[in-house]
Amino acid sequence: MEEHQDAGKEGKPSSTSVDLQGDSSLQVEISDAVSERDKVKFTVQTKSCLPHFAQTEFSVVRQHEEFIWLHDAYVENEEYAGLIIPPAPPRPDFEASREKLQKLGEGDNSITREEFAKMKQELEAEYLAIFKKTVAMHEVFLQRLAAHPTLRRDHNFFVFLEYGQDLSVRGKNRKELLGGFLRNIVKSADEALITGMSGLKEVDDFFEHERTFLLEYHTRIRDACLRADRVMHSHKCLADDYIPMSAALSSLGTQEVNQLKTSFLKLAELFERLRKLEGRMASDEDLKLSDMLRYHMRDSQAAKDLLYRRLRALADYENANKALDKARTRNREVRTAESHQQLCCQRFEYLSNSAKQELMDFKARRVSSFRKNLIELAELELKHAKASTLLLRNTLVALKGEP
Amino acid sequence: MAAEREPPPLGDGKPTDFEELEDGEDLFTSTVSTLESSPSSPEPAGLAEGISINSSCPKPAEVVLDDDREDLFAEATEEVSLDSPEREPILSSEPSPAVTPVTPTTLIAPRIESKSMSAPVIFDRSREEIEEEANGDVFDIEIGVSDPEKVGDGMNAYMAYRVTTKTSLSMFTKSEFSVKRRFSDFLGLHSKLASKYLHVGYIVPPAPEKSIVGMTKVKVGKEDSSSTEFVEKRRAALERYLQRTVKHPTLLQDPDLRQFLESSELPRAVNTQALSGAGILRMVNKAADAVNKMTIKMNESDAWFEEKQQQFENLDQQLRKLHASVEALVCHRKELSANTAAFAKSAAMLGNSEDHTALSRALSQLAEVEEKIDQLHQEQAFADFYMFSELLSDYIRLIAAVKGVFDHRMKCWQKWEDAQITLLKKRETEAKMMVANKPDKIQQAKNEIREWEAKVQQGERDFEQISKTIRKEVGRFEKERVKDFKTVIIKYLESLVQTQQQLIKYWEAFLPEAKAIA
Repeated sequence: MEEHQDAGKEGKPSSTSVDLQGDSSLQVEISDAVSERDKVKFTVQTKSCLPHFAQTEFSVVRQHEEFIWLHDAYVENEEYAGLIIPPAPPRPDFEASREKLQKLGEGDNSITREEFAKMKQELEAEYLAIFKKTVAMHEVFLQRLAAHPTLRRDHNFFVFLEYGQDLSVRGKNRKELLGGFLRNIVKSADEALITGMSGLKEVDDFFEHERTFLLEYHTRIRDACLRADRVMHSHKCLADDYIPMSAALSSLGTQEVNQLKTSFLKLAELFERLRKLEGRMASDEDLKLSDMLRYHMRDSQAAKDLLYRRLRALADYENANKALDKARTRNREVRTAESHQQLCCQRFEYLSNSAKQELMDFKARRVSSFRKNLIELAELELKHAKASTLLLRNTLVALKGEP
Repeated sequence: MAAEREPPPLGDGKPTDFEELEDGEDLFTSTVSTLESSPSSPEPAGLAEGISINSSCPKPAEVVLDDDREDLFAEATEEVSLDSPEREPILSSEPSPAVTPVTPTTLIAPRIESKSMSAPVIFDRSREEIEEEANGDVFDIEIGVSDPEKVGDGMNAYMAYRVTTKTSLSMFTKSEFSVKRRFSDFLGLHSKLASKYLHVGYIVPPAPEKSIVGMTKVKVGKEDSSSTEFVEKRRAALERYLQRTVKHPTLLQDPDLRQFLESSELPRAVNTQALSGAGILRMVNKAADAVNKMTIKMNESDAWFEEKQQQFENLDQQLRKLHASVEALVCHRKELSANTAAFAKSAAMLGNSEDHTALSRALSQLAEVEEKIDQLHQEQAFADFYMFSELLSDYIRLIAAVKGVFDHRMKCWQKWEDAQITLLKKRETEAKMMVANKPDKIQQAKNEIREWEAKVQQGERDFEQISKTIRKEVGRFEKERVKDFKTVIIKYLESLVQTQQQLIKYWEAFLPEAKAIA
């Protein structure tokens, strides 16, 4: 794991949300990222001793759309139906913070130049944080692929990593987006149909359990993620409130003629520092809690998709059995039915076996990532709370010491 | 004119402070009450002087005497220096004339405690002395407003509060007593005090504002959090209002205040309704005042006043700005608290559905921590509001009161100026009569001149008196402000420290839980 080029803050975002321990035969990282108007260009660097690659070290420039293409290629590949496909990275979204910056530019005249500078600084920091997170998410996607024993051997992946030119994938057009949307509806309707209408009996307790667990878990983690985001947002607002407070206090301090002068000035300084601490606390909560929840929400969605594929295979198998029975009674086309039934059975068993392993991996991944992030969250909260206490105490001592 | 000019007894008494004790005693033996001077009636100048000596106290009378002599011989339009304190040291060495009041005609006749006589702040004094006295004022009387209780039903319902006073002051018959008062009683008290003291330059602490929306909610009787919050906010505001009022040495002596604190039956305050006829009249008066203020062009010759006025203007502006941002802070902290609570629930649910035992346990623990943090945020929002935000809004309104006394001073000046102009005209008339040689009219003109000379003197005295009072009042106000802000700032920071320490405690307890996930 390495530092992102313009990473200025402590802590490495990419390593935070998910833990990956791959072997050293294929190491992928995003060494650099450049934001150009509405696109972000990622430099993907690969170190590998796999015989497939001509060189041991090389790098290519990729855009977000190419990551999505890679993800879709995995999802559509039948070979990987039994695997949890790592969730695709979210689209870089700087609109919100750009908009805020613009609003600030047009902004009202009530704020002083100093306040403006501080708010701008704050927004720029936010922009940078989002940028780094985006990069980290893209990196994690590749790293999970590289760490997976099956997925890492995919041809498309090799192309993605190695091919020096533009992959010339375009973004999805409207028709494709609509198609994807419809497919999703069909999928969930089909899922409901399989479980509800046909009264398909689950044969495996493990999957029965996983299914109920994942359905509930996914809704809840989505909920938790949403709310963690809100907490983070109001925490940020709170930190921003300290800016005008500090400004008003410092102008109060400068015009005051009596003993309150120093008190106000000290207070202004205190709030300015508290703002930074609160802001850092908010972004740490974002990083350690919201982002982790978000990642696992997507991961659990990928796991759910896997379960659906298995369930679909089970339904197909059942249908093939029925078809075989029918063929036997009519004694017509028994052979084709038999071979179809066989095929379905194999596919189902293959999916079940592989899915079992994948789901166990999913759990292990989840547990270790929660552990890591929760510990780090608690440690960071402690660090900031201690820093705040120290700051407040020092100010108190200074204020009390005044005549 | 006589009816509206009740000289506040102590205000006039204050300047005696730095005279020898015997002067003060002189005053006590003689002052059963303060006297109304009525210079409006046509009297010879000498008589007017005599009356003004009789009124209340010797000190200002002396100043007046001195000025009068000057005035009699000087031009009526002479620019009078506003820096009266400079003259005082010279004058204070003179023995004050024995004061024997004629019939006490005033409405207010407070018993004057020796303590409070020395309480008012004099600038020449050392700071320590002032500090001591101020502390004395604060600790002699303690007032609490508690137990808000709804009385009656429907739109006639109102909230009654228990006003408890603990004091060692001998002016009260008991050392601890309590009465039931409703909000309009507080408003009534304020308007009584304001009508008595505001126009002579005392900064009368403003009463909390009426809130029709808030009170209607309470009346309708919804027992929701917003109405309890409203009642608590009002209770705290009333308490602070009374505490500020009794901190004022002069107001503390007022019989209306005493009646408010002590007597079980209080005449129902009228005309405090916002939408009553009197309320509208008040609004009209206020508007008229505002117009008046704009038309008065006062050439301020006192640098101190000029500076102070500017200073309060700036202070007002900055406090408003700060108040707005602290309100935003309170709002966001509440939002944060609500969101944290929601997240705590989600985390608990997530913990429930998690099938890994240790992780599930850790998530439940996290939910508990978040719940406690929600509580902390709530408490901190409470502190933000009741300590910081309310202090600021109190002071924004107090500063309005300070501006009010500045306006009254301006009005006084205007009155004096008008009298001077009239006097000048009368003199011109007299001169014309002399030229025209009309002896009968000359006598009348002379009488009128005398009358207006008296008015000019009175106007000047009033103006000097109000200027002096305001100087003292502003000094006292500033001292209180410094003290108030310092105390509150420290308390507020301590509340922040407390919050952070609790946070540390909670997260420290959580850390091993997170580490136990395996």
